[in-house]
Amino acid sequence: MSLTTTRAGTEAPATGAATRRSRGTAARRPLTGLLFVTPTAVIVAGLFLVPLAILVYMSFMDWPLLGSPEFDGLDNYRHLTHDSQFVGAITFTLLYTAITTVVLFAVAFVLVAISNSPRRGSRFYRTAFFLPYVVGTAAASTMWWVDSSDRLGVFNQVLQGTGITGKPVGFLDTPGKALFTVITLVTWKFVGFQMVVLLVGVQSVPGELYEAARVDGASTFQRLRYITLPGIKPTIALLTVLSVTGSLLAFDQFYVLTHGGPDNSTMTVVLALYNKAFQSYRLGDAAAEAVVLLVALIVLNFVQLRLLRTKED
Amino acid sequence: MTSGAAGRATRSTLFHMVSMAIAIAFLFPLLWALLNSFKTREEANQQPPTWFPHSLSVANYRSLAGFDQGIGTYLVNSVLLAVLTVIGSVVVCVLGGYGFARFAFRGRTLLFGATLGILMVPYATILLPLYIVLGHLGLQNSLIGLALVLVMFQLPFGIYLMRNSFESVPRELEEAALVDGASSFGAMRHVSLRIVLPGVVTVALFSFLTSWNEYLAPLIFLNDGAKYTLPVMLVNIRYASYNIIDFGALQAGVVVAMLPCLLVYLLLQRFYVSGLVTGALRG
Repeated sequence: MSLTTTRAGTEAPATGAATRRSRGTAARRPLTGLLFVTPTAVIVAGLFLVPLAILVYMSFMDWPLLGSPEFDGLDNYRHLTHDSQFVGAITFTLLYTAITTVVLFAVAFVLVAISNSPRRGSRFYRTAFFLPYVVGTAAASTMWWVDSSDRLGVFNQVLQGTGITGKPVGFLDTPGKALFTVITLVTWKFVGFQMVVLLVGVQSVPGELYEAARVDGASTFQRLRYITLPGIKPTIALLTVLSVTGSLLAFDQFYVLTHGGPDNSTMTVVLALYNKAFQSYRLGDAAAEAVVLLVALIVLNFVQLRLLRTKED
Repeated sequence: MTSGAAGRATRSTLFHMVSMAIAIAFLFPLLWALLNSFKTREEANQQPPTWFPHSLSVANYRSLAGFDQGIGTYLVNSVLLAVLTVIGSVVVCVLGGYGFARFAFRGRTLLFGATLGILMVPYATILLPLYIVLGHLGLQNSLIGLALVLVMFQLPFGIYLMRNSFESVPRELEEAALVDGASSFGAMRHVSLRIVLPGVVTVALFSFLTSWNEYLAPLIFLNDGAKYTLPVMLVNIRYASYNIIDFGALQAGVVVAMLPCLLVYLLLQRFYVSGLVTGALRG
């Protein structure tokens, strides 16, 4: 995403400007152009650039909800290093991100194999796998919370009905089970998106390559390994970024399902940030946390950009 | 490649058995919520749950009407927020996309870069200062302020999509209108807008789904119960009174929250997938 973004930002205007000069239509005056982008400019400046600057400023201030803010230098950042909840949240979020990313890919590949099949019905399957993605995370999480209840939840009913367990399972009782339950929800909800994007990647690999390989006597596995995988490498890289970024920012599903519990064991970075800002009203500390998160994600995006760039060369 | 018709048939059966099992697993939670929402209150809260409703009832939807401000209020708020966000996103993205596609002006690259830069900044991190900015604008605790924030988050995708769409429309088509004395805006509106309509639908669809489903932003920006949207209501029911949660009402709420998205998706699937691909693959 980031790579092509930069490309669009630099190359496209250059070629665009060239054609424009050669035509020189009188009506296409710069001022008119500015009018068209004014709403964009106002929103980007007022609701993005200014808040971004305020965020950085806040992170150097002692900023209570009421009362006047005071400059406190790097204190907020110093607080972070011995804030055990924040450090715990980082560790947990990284763990969650790693597991989610791997599970999403593993399941998505199975779904791609099904929905890419020339057999009848694959369109229906594709729609079925994708539908949960359009349900909002808050609604989906609420649904999951009901379904995983040990008293009334259908998950336990299925497990007991099929004789897999005798006693009801408390799906949110222990840190491990709570994490497992959230990951099942996230997989159910998001894997359809992963599948659709992978499917587009797979289908954009030129068919002649497969033909040629077949003529050369390549096995199914070899075709997968030497044609499909290299062909969808950029797609995989992109989905990795999206999945990692999305997981690092997880909020809704944890807020609804676990509320960070049991015992703060499923506290994510954004949940910790939210608590700090809107429960303890330590806005300066929260801003410092946000800046750390922001920088980490930008670095991650740049690393990814480099990887993508070398791949395209 | 393998042994004859029998082998192929077996493999096909196996394929469908596995695929159907997975498809059922994916659809089941959605259908389950729908089914449960039509049980009577007692049956929906019965332990262990029943598979099929013994009698159909809209009691759960009725109890939603009695929750806090009543589901009517939250529904209206959600619709209002969605309308504001969709209109805002479409207007800003069409104008901006056209401006970027057709005109040269100072700071163009910079502004375009800054717009796409929104993608690089995880939105949860700037909600905090946004809260302060909206406060200064007098737009805290307002659906308009919230809609503006949601429009801002739609910009990178929307502007990018609309710019590309307008760029793919040949200039010559507009030139005839311009020669006839139409303004730039008129040429855009009467000639190109028609051609880029699929892109507009995609932008509208994505802003609808975002605004309808967004939870964190309304949670932070709205502090008046009468302004809450459906997702906020849902989570409030879940946390309402810890031990006596009405599971029937909760599932009816889930249905109200998710049904519009499912319907809109099934109707406009084509635009949705093309948008996802543009959004994800960026050309």
